Formats: sequence, structure tokens, C-alpha cells
Amino acid sequence: MRFGRPAAALLALFALAGTTGCGRVAEPDVVLWHAYRGAEAEALVEVVHAFEERHPEVVVEVVPVPYQAYANKLTSGVPRGNGPDVFLFAQERIGAWADAGILHALEPTQHRAVLEALPGGVVDACRYDGELWGLPVATKTTALFYRSDRLDELGAEPPETTDDLVALAARFTDASAGRFGLVYPVGDFYFHSGWFFGFGGTLSDADGTPRLDAPSNANSFAFVADLLNERRVVPRDCDYGVAKDLFARGDALFAVNGPWFLGELGDDVPFGVVPLPRISATNTPASPFVTVESVLVSSQAARSPEALAAATLLADFIAGPESSVIRAERGGQVVADRTAALSAREPAASAAFGAAAAAGTPMPNAPEMTAIWEPLNRALDQTLRGSRTAEAALVDADADLRRALAPPPPPTSPLPYEVAFGLVLVAAAGLAVRRSRRTALLARMRTSRLAYLYVAPAAIASGLLIFLPFIVGASLSLYAHEQGEFSFVGFANFLNILLARDFGLTHPQSFYFTLVVTVAWTAANVVLHVSIGLALALALRDSWVRLRGVYRVLLIVPWAVPNYITALIWKSMFNFSFGSINGVLRWLGATPVDWFSKWSTAFAANVATNTWLGFPFMMVVSLGALQSIPRDLEDAAEVDGASRWQRFRHITLPLLRPALVPAVVLGTVWTFNMFNIIYLVSGGGPDASTDILITEAYRWAFERGERYGYAAAYGVLIFGVLLIYTWATSGRRATELTDG
Amino acid sequence: MDDGQQTVSWGRQLARQALLIAVSAVTLYPVLWVVKLAVSPQASMGGGFNPLPTGFTLAHFERVLTARDTLGNLLFPIQLANSLTVSIATTLVGIVLSTTAGYAFSRFDFPGKDAGMKAFLVTQMFPGVVMAVPLYILMDELGLLNSMAGLTLVYSTTSVPFSVWMLKGYFDTIPRDLEEAALVDGASQWTIFTRVILPLATPAIVVTGLFSFMTAWNEFILAATFLSGERHMTLPTVLYGYVDENSTDWAPFAAGAILVSLPVMALFFVLQRHLVGGLTAGGVKG
Repeated sequence: MRFGRPAAALLALFALAGTTGCGRVAEPDVVLWHAYRGAEAEALVEVVHAFEERHPEVVVEVVPVPYQAYANKLTSGVPRGNGPDVFLFAQERIGAWADAGILHALEPTQHRAVLEALPGGVVDACRYDGELWGLPVATKTTALFYRSDRLDELGAEPPETTDDLVALAARFTDASAGRFGLVYPVGDFYFHSGWFFGFGGTLSDADGTPRLDAPSNANSFAFVADLLNERRVVPRDCDYGVAKDLFARGDALFAVNGPWFLGELGDDVPFGVVPLPRISATNTPASPFVTVESVLVSSQAARSPEALAAATLLADFIAGPESSVIRAERGGQVVADRTAALSAREPAASAAFGAAAAAGTPMPNAPEMTAIWEPLNRALDQTLRGSRTAEAALVDADADLRRALAPPPPPTSPLPYEVAFGLVLVAAAGLAVRRSRRTALLARMRTSRLAYLYVAPAAIASGLLIFLPFIVGASLSLYAHEQGEFSFVGFANFLNILLARDFGLTHPQSFYFTLVVTVAWTAANVVLHVSIGLALALALRDSWVRLRGVYRVLLIVPWAVPNYITALIWKSMFNFSFGSINGVLRWLGATPVDWFSKWSTAFAANVATNTWLGFPFMMVVSLGALQSIPRDLEDAAEVDGASRWQRFRHITLPLLRPALVPAVVLGTVWTFNMFNIIYLVSGGGPDASTDILITEAYRWAFERGERYGYAAAYGVLIFGVLLIYTWATSGRRATELTDG
Repeated sequence: MDDGQQTVSWGRQLARQALLIAVSAVTLYPVLWVVKLAVSPQASMGGGFNPLPTGFTLAHFERVLTARDTLGNLLFPIQLANSLTVSIATTLVGIVLSTTAGYAFSRFDFPGKDAGMKAFLVTQMFPGVVMAVPLYILMDELGLLNSMAGLTLVYSTTSVPFSVWMLKGYFDTIPRDLEEAALVDGASQWTIFTRVILPLATPAIVVTGLFSFMTAWNEFILAATFLSGERHMTLPTVLYGYVDENSTDWAPFAAGAILVSLPVMALFFVLQRHLVGGLTAGGVKG
């Protein structure tokens, strides 16, 4: 049997791999998910131990889940019974998850004792659609951190009003010495929210519909623009890392940050925390967003009355007083239970955050509110850059929000589509049969049995695990999603995208603008990857080059290190005020560049990062490909007097082609869909102009009102564009390859 | 490793060295930041110019290496074993699937050959956004959720198309005379494939193997979605556990990132002799 050996090896391998995924010892009654780490995670485990002592009949399995995969895992897992029974998460997703049937509504009477110990505001934050969906566990909000040593040097007390804050910040600021009065990610609406609501901003109409362009909304934008551009007490391009660094070094007097910052500051940093100051202009307290960390029961727990009872019991215990004390004491959490908060590990900071939460604005939990972030952040960015007035930017933001929340296209009957699809299938089958008769296909296929045997394993695996999921996923593009329900809308999503109905043709978010950016992005990257990779492979080929083994290993490092961290390091290198690239420019006497304020420079920053990440792969491919070229040919040409360039152009390159073409073609496809770098480095900015198609698809699915059908249509169009690209280039390539 | 030291002028050697040092410096500068984050007692993603560590501590490495589950078991060795199992299995499965397919595409003429090649390419065009949920459901239906075998299969299918194309291109460059000679000697197709073609294609197999390994080694989203529980996780999922909604614990993330990249570099260091040194030149001439 010719295929005996590899097939047996495969089977053995799977058997081996199967044994390492060991089964559970005892089936737990309740599975608890959380995304905590460090002290908070340890405190939660302690809480669960306390619960199990109290209720020995219930077995709890605690499962930590990485935050970045949490929501995904939850929404895929719960409907199929693979999710948690009880889980901890911020209350802001409650609306979307309740609509999607992920959550089980709580019975308030069963939790009366727990609910009575909690402030009414945080409990209300867990209500949606008239039901209670979670029990508040802890609050997270922003407050004002101050360097106590620097404040002492100024002989001042923590500020009580924004006027005090601005005056102190101005006294401390000395830009030439790198000292700034106030630091926080100024372009992030989450950190901005304290000022926004303090200045009288609102995010919805009187009847609760989201609205971003209320007249009072511009005031806080103007306030921060003044701090940044006129008074210059905030460094330009201040992001989270810059803020943390300046504050930790003592080069910043104040920072706006949340309770997690307590753990990030070293023990040697003298600091204090107070709630954000009262807004002088309106004489109202700043009112930052408050996220209520809550314990939720999933719909999966409702599989049996016993499971539901156990899950409810655990949720009640986690939110209860005994647990609150443990979480405050051991976990350093700002617990929602104000009595338990008194036993916090850092009582002063906890009290400050408690007071800040009491004055804060609960994070909205309605699903449509998840769509406010992108427009608001963009408007804030535009105002701070000075590219538009706050009023104009907010009017645009409101229009963006309206587009994201537009009602889905009217449902249509799927019948005509099914009939058309059926006819196409029949026609295709008919054509195939006719063609096979004419070309004696079956006979030729029979003689090619061996070839099919060789191809079959790879083809079957790919068909099952790639084509099948894609067809299922792509069919979603014919539906519209709203509040957990899908309705069939035919080609409406495609028409909206392709006719640029939502935007003008030249709007940065229109399909065509994004397509042009995507093509430019792909071309720039592939050209740089291949030319740099090939040049280095050639430079490393000559045996007389000393240490070439060392260089080869050093040069693949960008490929080896996980790109999440290196992409963010590149982003920090492009920072206006503190990035090393502007550092070099200043040192050379050139004007520093505000990289992320213009399309061209933001695009260049993305390309530079991805070039760095991608050239090692092309270098490795080229090194391998160079092996297929007999050196004697080139040597002969050299003897014949061909120049180095001639030898490369006429001998090396043509011989390299068969091995390089696959890497180039696939490199193109991968770069076209390279999500991470765009998302992490420029974030699509400025004004969404550097977004590529795949990041747009992602935003439609997850940042603009959960329009999964629309996002799937984007996905299908991406596929279509790539298909056209290969079809257009395959004629030339086919001759190169098949005749190779 | 070297195929006979050629002699060149000092000037040429110096110029080449200068180029390679410059490129390496630019390449390694961002990586020095990772090292700085990992070994400095307090460092942040705050920019600045100096990539050299401020102080030296191994505490962050210790934190990554000595993380324990609720029962007090050390997690790192288990998770390293998981990662190695998945990555090695992916590499082997990938090589088996793609060398056979690549060989058929290179040497046989059969109906559907062109379409088949294109179909493999097409699989790379499907955006992950569209496929994540159906793939999850499929894996669950097949009972492959939360198993190394399932993850291996998924990773192999993502790396196979590149490998098939790469190997097909490389097989094309191997002269057919060798096989014809072997056929005349009475060797079977399978013998020719395993004894003649595969050894000659070592550089391409190394490249595709490294690629498959990397596909599995650094993948995070699918692993975190398909696997459950700390003991079943792979190393990248542990790494991304240091990222949360509001802040990222950069020091252990950086330390972990270095730990994760070391095996890759070691692997490349071992394999690179197959990428250089003219193995085929001798074979083809023979």
C-alpha cells in the first residue's frame, strides 16, 4: 500500500496529540469565567474557596480567559453549551448579550440582601429592558492622580476646581525640560468623559435616542483643545504609555487614570488620588464614565433547575459582603459594596475612586451605544488637531453614528434567490457534464488516480476546514443583524456598499476610497518586502561573508517576536513628542513630524512597521530559492564578462522566479488582509483614512452597531477583489509556473 | 557549512560587513525595546530614545515561568509542551500534506490541476472575520474543540496552501532526468518521491516547515477561542492574558515574548545550514 506509511504516521500523531488534551476529573456544577490577573485573580480564587466551604455540594471550576478573546469565546461558546455558567465582565455589553440570548435574567427578590448593600446607581447600570441582568461587583472609573512630591514643591494642595488644576499645571509645565502639568490619553473619549459630562455634555436626546451633536457637547472639547494647543500643559500626541512614563518619572504633575494605574506605579512613586476636580465653568463636578464590573449568569446555566440554582447561588455570593471584603482587601478592587470598601488594601485611593464613581456617569449598556466610540474619538481627535471646530466635528460624528445605527434594509423573501441559485447550480452542472463528455474527462481522470491520491489529503482538509466555514460565513452577507435577530435582505448590503450609498465616493469610509488605500498599502509592502528580503538573501549568500550565520539569525528576529508588542513599540517610536524617530529628526536639526495627523505620514508609519515585520519571511524564502540555482551558471557568466547587475537580471532572477512567485502572490494576499498593523499603529487615523478593507469589515461588525451582515458583505467583497487580482495576473503567472 | 572559503579583498568584506551591521542595527532597535521592557525593574511603552535597560532584574521572567494554577501546579512547562505539540504536529502534518500535493501539481498532468492550484490560493483570501464563528461550530460538531488535534488541523490547513505553492515551484526546478533514470532502474513512483525528490527539495521543505511552525507557534485568537482552561492553553494565549481592557502588563508580556521567540531562533539556527551551502548543486549534477 503506497500510502500506508504517511497515513499511519498521521494517525499516530493525532493519537499522540489527543492524549495531551486530558479530560476533566469531576464534572463541575458551575463553570466561572473571568479575565482577571494578578491580585484580583487570586482574590477571586479565594472567594470561590470561601463559597465552596459554605456550599460543599457545589463544585466550581474557575477558568481564566484572556480578555482579548473573552467576548468572542463567550458569544460562540454559550449557545453551544461550551461557555461559562457564571462570568465576570463590565456591564457595558449587557444589552447586546441580553438581546443575543447569552444572558439569563436575574430574579431581584433572590438577591435582596446583596442588592440592598449596593448603591442604587450601580445596580441600575446592570438593568436593561426592564430586567436585572447582573450583580455589581466593582466599579472602574477615572480620577486625578497627583505627584505628592511635586505638589509639595509648589506648596499646593490637590486642586478642587479645573481653574486650580489648570493654574497648577501651568506653573509646573516647562516643555523645554520635558515637564508637563497634565498627562492622559487626551484623544481617548473614555479618559475625556469626566470633562464631557462635567461641561454638560449628553449622549442622547430626552427620549433616549443616541445623539452626539447637542450644543453643550462642544464645550469640553474646546476646554481640552485649549489645554493642549494654547496653554500647552499637555504634551502633544500624549498616549497612555507617554502619560504613564512621564508621571512615573516625576515629569508630570497630574494624570487622569483608573484604579488599574495603582498597580502600574512602582513603590517608589509618591502619589495621591482625588476625584476629578469640579468644572469651574459650570460649577458641577466632573463626571467620568463608570464601568460596573458585574457577575452575570449565562443562559447556558438554565439547562437544568439545579445548574441554575447553583449558578445563582455563586453569583449572589461573589457580589455579597464576604466576597466584597476579600476582593477589596486582597484584590485591591474598588468594590461596589461601600461598607466592604472600607477594608480596602489602599483605603485612601479606594475612597477617592469610590467618590469618583458616585459622581460619575454609568457606562451605557444599550447595544447601540457601543457605536458611539469611533465617531466621538474621531471628533475629539479632529478638534485637538485643530483640523475642525468642535461643533463641526460633532455634527459629523453624529452623522457617522446615524449611519452605523441606520435601520437594516427591509427584509425580502429568500425564495427568488434560492431559485436563482438553484438554476445557476443546474446550469453549471450541465455545462460540466457536457464539457467532460467532450473532453473525455472521466477517462482522463481515471488515468490520473495517482495524482489525485497525492493531492487528496490536502484538498480534503482545506475543503472541510476552510471552504465550508467560508460558505457558511459568506451567506451571512445576505442577512442584516439587529438586536440579536437576523433577517434576510438579499443583496441590499452589497448594493449599499458598492453604490456608496452611505458615503460619497471620496469619503474616507467609502468602499472605493478604502479599496484604493488597501491596494496602495499592499503594493508598497510587497515591493519593500521582496526587494529588501531578496537583497539581504543575496548579501548573505556569498560564502566569504564573515559571521553570515549570525546575521541570518539576527535578521529573522522581527518574524520571531510576537507582533502585538513590536507593532506597539513602533507606534511609540512614531510618537510626536517622545518617539525616537522624531528624536533622530530633532538631532539632525530637522522639523519633527506629527506622524498620525496626516494621511501620507500615517500611511508611511504603517508601511514602515509592516516592512520591518515582513522582510525576514521573504529573506528566508529567497535564501531557500537561491539554493535551486546552480552557482556554475553565474560563474560562467562572470567569466564571460557579464556585470553583477546583468548576472542578477538575466540569470539569478529568472531562475528564482518559480520559487519566488508563490511567496509574492501569497504575500500580496496576506498583506491585503493584514489587520493587526493598521489597527494597532495608526488605528485607521486620521479620520479613518488609513483603514483598509479588513479593518473596515471588523469595525462594521464590532464597533459600529454589530452589523454582522454588512461586515460579511465586506468580507465577500475582499474575497472578490483578491479573486479578480489573481485571475488578472494568473495568465502570465501560469506560463511562468507551468513551464518552469 | 561553508562551501570552500573564497578569498576577497578586505575592502569588499568591510563594505559588506558595514551594510549588514547597519541593517541589523535598524532591525534590532525595536527589539531592544522589548528587552528593555523585560529586564528593567520599571519601564514603560512611553517612547524615548534610549533602548538600553534601566537596571536589571529577572523578576518578570520569573513571574512568567513560575505562574501556577489554582492547584499550585507550574503552568509554564505544561503550556510550553502544548505549544510544542501543536507546532511540531502542525509542521509534520503540513509537510506531509503539502509535499505530496506539491509533487502531484509539479509532475502530473491531470484534469483539475490548474483549478486545484488556484483553489489552494483562494483559501488564503477568505477573511478571518467571516469564518471565525462557522469554524468554531464545525470544530464543536467534529468534537475537536479544546483538543490539540483540532487546533493542529486548523493550523495545518492555514499553512498548507503556501507550502503547496512553494514546494510546487521548487519541485519544478528539479530536473526530470533524475526521475527518469530512477524509473529506468525500476523504482516506483513513491520511491522516487521519497528517495529522490524530497532530499533534493530540502531547502524548500525547511522554509515551508519553518513557516508552518511559525503559523502555529504565534497564533493566539483561535487558540484562545478553541481551548479552555489554563492547562490546555498554548504560550501565546498566556502572553495575551497580560493584556486587558484598560492596561497591559508590559513587563511580563515582553519577558514572555522573548521566551516565545527563543525557540524559533534556535530552530532557525539549526535549520539554516539547509538554506545555504549548495546541497542541490551537487545532487543535480550527479
